[in-house]
Amino acid sequence: MELEQRVNVPSELKYTKEHEWVKVEGNMATIGITDFAQSELGDIVFVELPAVGSAVAQMKSFGTIEAVKAVSDMFSPVTGKVTEVNQTLDSDPMIINREPYEAGWIIKVELSKTSEIEQLLDDSSYKSIIAD
Amino acid sequence: MSGETATESLIKTPYYDFHVEAGAKMVPFAGFLMPVQYKGITAEHIAVRENVGMFDLSHMGEFEVNGPQALEFLEYTTVNNVSKMNIGQCLYNCMCLPDGGIVDDLLVYKLPTRFMLVVNASNIEKDFDWLSVQTEGFDVKLTDKSAETSLLAVQGPNALKVLSEITDYDLESMKYYSWALAEIAGIDILFSRTGYTGEDGFELYIAPEHADILWNAITEAGKKYDMKLIGLGARDSLRLEMKMALYGNDIDSTTTPIEAGLSWIVDFEKEFIGKDVLLKQKEEKPTRRLVCLELEGRVFPRQGYDIFDGAEQIGKLTSGTFSPTLQKPIALGYVPRRLSKSGSTVEIEIRGKRFTATVVKPPFYKKASHR
Repeated sequence: MELEQRVNVPSELKYTKEHEWVKVEGNMATIGITDFAQSELGDIVFVELPAVGSAVAQMKSFGTIEAVKAVSDMFSPVTGKVTEVNQTLDSDPMIINREPYEAGWIIKVELSKTSEIEQLLDDSSYKSIIAD
Repeated sequence: MSGETATESLIKTPYYDFHVEAGAKMVPFAGFLMPVQYKGITAEHIAVRENVGMFDLSHMGEFEVNGPQALEFLEYTTVNNVSKMNIGQCLYNCMCLPDGGIVDDLLVYKLPTRFMLVVNASNIEKDFDWLSVQTEGFDVKLTDKSAETSLLAVQGPNALKVLSEITDYDLESMKYYSWALAEIAGIDILFSRTGYTGEDGFELYIAPEHADILWNAITEAGKKYDMKLIGLGARDSLRLEMKMALYGNDIDSTTTPIEAGLSWIVDFEKEFIGKDVLLKQKEEKPTRRLVCLELEGRVFPRQGYDIFDGAEQIGKLTSGTFSPTLQKPIALGYVPRRLSKSGSTVEIEIRGKRFTATVVKPPFYKKASHR
């Protein structure tokens, strides 16, 4: 598949089959959508974010992404409490298209079940999913 | 999100390699493999509104109508007045079924010895079959030239400047909705000052053997003006901002030109297929009309979303987007006549929530450069 070669899947992150990534540092997780996801969605028009302090559960929807092509639910890779949302997305949602793993992060979550991390996909498993 | 697509059977236009080279995302569309976007739909949309862009529209169908009764045939099979056309003119038109439903919308070109019809890619076969049946009793010859005709469109306020780089023809004097035959990039080309964006622009019909030369010449000329390549994604949002109907979305065999707000192209002074139904509908006024709807806030209306009047579901959106130019949600849909006046309000259900939508006068975008 042609796309596979162009899509960036950093090895230091964990992934879901729904195309979210998570970066875990201690008990804090930063969550976003993958390069593959942003590329499939096309230009992102706006993002509906959860409130800071609200609870998210593993593989439950925590918000939606409206892109030109389609609307898509975002699923949390982990269970915990939202400690921060990316305010930049309000004024510049397409930053997710440009920098899905850096400035285009979506929420930060304080983990309540660190063991959940083991259930997530590593980069090679995620690559095999998007190659299908 | 991904999924296998049988791309082998899809038709590639003569510009396929250029699209791939430019990094286009290619998608199946009406049996063709077409670029839906290059760098991004929003940037492409803005480029056409503010500057200039080039589209590959080779998927569109082209028919020729020849013969002593070509004019009579087209008068009978289409709703607009073809007999008033002079050589050199183009005409927006519709073909209807006997019940008034729309077979397709199309452009008619009056050439010196024949007519050219430009039809939607998704309808090429259906239209050709429909028209072929209607030729009975007329001394005409209908030919499908789609495979021998590629089409590039250059659209935007700077379209004329780009093409002026590669032709000596007096483009400035060309009227909107007229065509000419002139040398462009050293090749004789039939082209028209037409488009589906609301902006000034040109559409060029090119034999596939000249496709490379034209693409390269326009691309080279466009560099000076920072011309962008435009995919089908931006084509859709550009036409929607102008309330230009898209067949399969806003019009189809279950809707009539009267309901769709296309009465202005229906000439009741002549006889044509579907006239009785359309005339009755015009006189009695249609029960529903296609209207422009504007929503508030950060919502994204899409085709198929339900339209409500209180508890009653009264219709569905036929097209919708978050307008890149106006930065607000816009949509088209059919509503009962009593709610079709501008200022009327309805509600749109978007994933379980209701949002107020106001009927507004077309077009959504009022500052387009077309003339």
